[in-house]
Amino acid sequence: MSDTASTPPTAEIDAQTRRDFLLVSTATVGAVGTALTLWPFVNSLNPAADTLALATTEVNLEPIKDGQSITVVWQGKPVFIRNRTAAEIEQAKKDDAAALPDPAKDADRVQKDDWLIMVGVCTHLGCIPLGQKEGEPKGDFGGWFCPCHGSHYDTSGRIRKGPAPQNLLVPNYTFASDTQVVIG
Amino acid sequence: MSEQQSTSKFMQNGVVKWIEHRMPIFSFIDHSVGSGYPAPKNLSYWWNFGSLAGLALIIMIVSGIVLAMHYTPHTTLAFNSVERVMRDVNGGWLIRYLHMNGASFFFIAVYIHIFRGLYFGSYKNPRELLWIIGVLILLAMMATAFMGYVLPWGQMSYWGATVITNLFSAIPVVGDSIVTLLWGGFVVDNPTLNRFFSLHYLLPFVILGLVVVHIWALHTFGSNNPTGVDVKGPQDTIPFHPYFTIKDLFGMGVFLLIFSFFVFFAPNYFGEADNYIPANALATPPHIVPEWYFLPSYAILRAFTNDFILYWPVSWLMTAKLAGVIAMFGSIILLALVPWLDTSKVRSARFRPIYKWFFWIFVLDWIVLGMVGAHPPEGIWVLLGQISTIYYFAHLLVILPILGVIERPKALPESISASVTQPAE
Repeated sequence: MSDTASTPPTAEIDAQTRRDFLLVSTATVGAVGTALTLWPFVNSLNPAADTLALATTEVNLEPIKDGQSITVVWQGKPVFIRNRTAAEIEQAKKDDAAALPDPAKDADRVQKDDWLIMVGVCTHLGCIPLGQKEGEPKGDFGGWFCPCHGSHYDTSGRIRKGPAPQNLLVPNYTFASDTQVVIG
Repeated sequence: MSEQQSTSKFMQNGVVKWIEHRMPIFSFIDHSVGSGYPAPKNLSYWWNFGSLAGLALIIMIVSGIVLAMHYTPHTTLAFNSVERVMRDVNGGWLIRYLHMNGASFFFIAVYIHIFRGLYFGSYKNPRELLWIIGVLILLAMMATAFMGYVLPWGQMSYWGATVITNLFSAIPVVGDSIVTLLWGGFVVDNPTLNRFFSLHYLLPFVILGLVVVHIWALHTFGSNNPTGVDVKGPQDTIPFHPYFTIKDLFGMGVFLLIFSFFVFFAPNYFGEADNYIPANALATPPHIVPEWYFLPSYAILRAFTNDFILYWPVSWLMTAKLAGVIAMFGSIILLALVPWLDTSKVRSARFRPIYKWFFWIFVLDWIVLGMVGAHPPEGIWVLLGQISTIYYFAHLLVILPILGVIERPKALPESISASVTQPAE
């Protein structure tokens, strides 16, 4: 205590800045540490390993006839697989030149012209567009129509009219054989 | 008055004195809702809705805790566990209908409470913070109600959750990651249901905490009153107990009667039939509507399309979808700024001849927004939605600031008691 009492004034100023430094650095380390501790809690909300493990889906294309569509589940989401007719392919290629809100060539959206494979989730707010089954509305462009807020998709799954900002998403997929496709 | 209380028979009781000495809880209660809390003597029935909202919160917490004992938060079991509550659990149907309709009545009480505040200028100095806490309570209520609606795992639960969580995908760059984080997967699924259940149980207690802070802020300056004139002295007040405890209790009786009518005779009036269909991730219902208390917000969200005039100024900056999301949240958050947007020094609309009219137009506008939100965005509803959205923001951002400057208010009474003891000029 007597040491402190006899400390000259200049040392006092030193002690002041040293104390400031210690205060700020302690607070900084504490804040960073808290943030780092918080991260695992936030990250625990991200998809878990078992959810990620369901990342691929295999589909047999053999029973899908020309002009038919099926819906399969991939990562819990519906995936539209359509065996397109010659007229649909022709229309899709012709529309490459049309005014598209989200420009994309049909050739870039398919690996084989016959097979259009895409995630069947409207890019607006996540509803499922109609047009997979016979008799369902297909919208103004002969593809799909989302009933929630009225988005129209064409025969390449491109957005043509309505509030959706993007084309229907094309997932990663590979053809294991001519009749077998692996999505994911 | 606390002097009086401390000498009352109750406070002379030995046990009461022993506790009071160690923790002055009895005088705390007396100063909060007892004879030791002076309240303006002219409070009208519009001042009942705060305590009614409190009652609704308690009904929701009590019924919710019991429901949680019978509910299973799993996608394959949730729907059936709710149906089991309805069919097999003793009195389960009653508890669930109380909880379902309780949400609607909570919002009814709170919306009237908010419009009361807007009419009588209850948000003005020195009650701004009280008002802001109230807006936070509204936001917490909306989050709680939304997540609660997901739990039965019906079609509307599922697709409501999908549409609302997808709103966050509008955020640039990180939007999709945020949505994945919210879902805990790639679609609304079991992880989503689990966390919504956890948060739905937590948030009511957050609301309860906010209510305590709300009442604390209220009691710092006391209630506003229909004249909007500050309390000048004891002649302007009467003790909260028994005068307003009995008035609040009477209001609760009426409120519970109307509430009971819906619980017993029209329990699904506020609900959507589609929610009695189990959730199906592969089929969207043709017409998705949120619960009625979200309809005005939903209408504002949907008003923002590429051809909407309010979108043009920001169209170079963001998508219409993002603008709609910002406008929807902004429409609620903007309420917190009303104490500063309203430039008038006079609190009560009784003495603001022009504001009085604009207030009622604003109420009407809000109702129209609600009707727009209930209809598919087709035909006249599109235009109506755009006009009423423009008016909503115009009221808060243009009319309120200007009106305070150009309006000539009527003469204010000298005091609350003078407003009745002296003849009006």
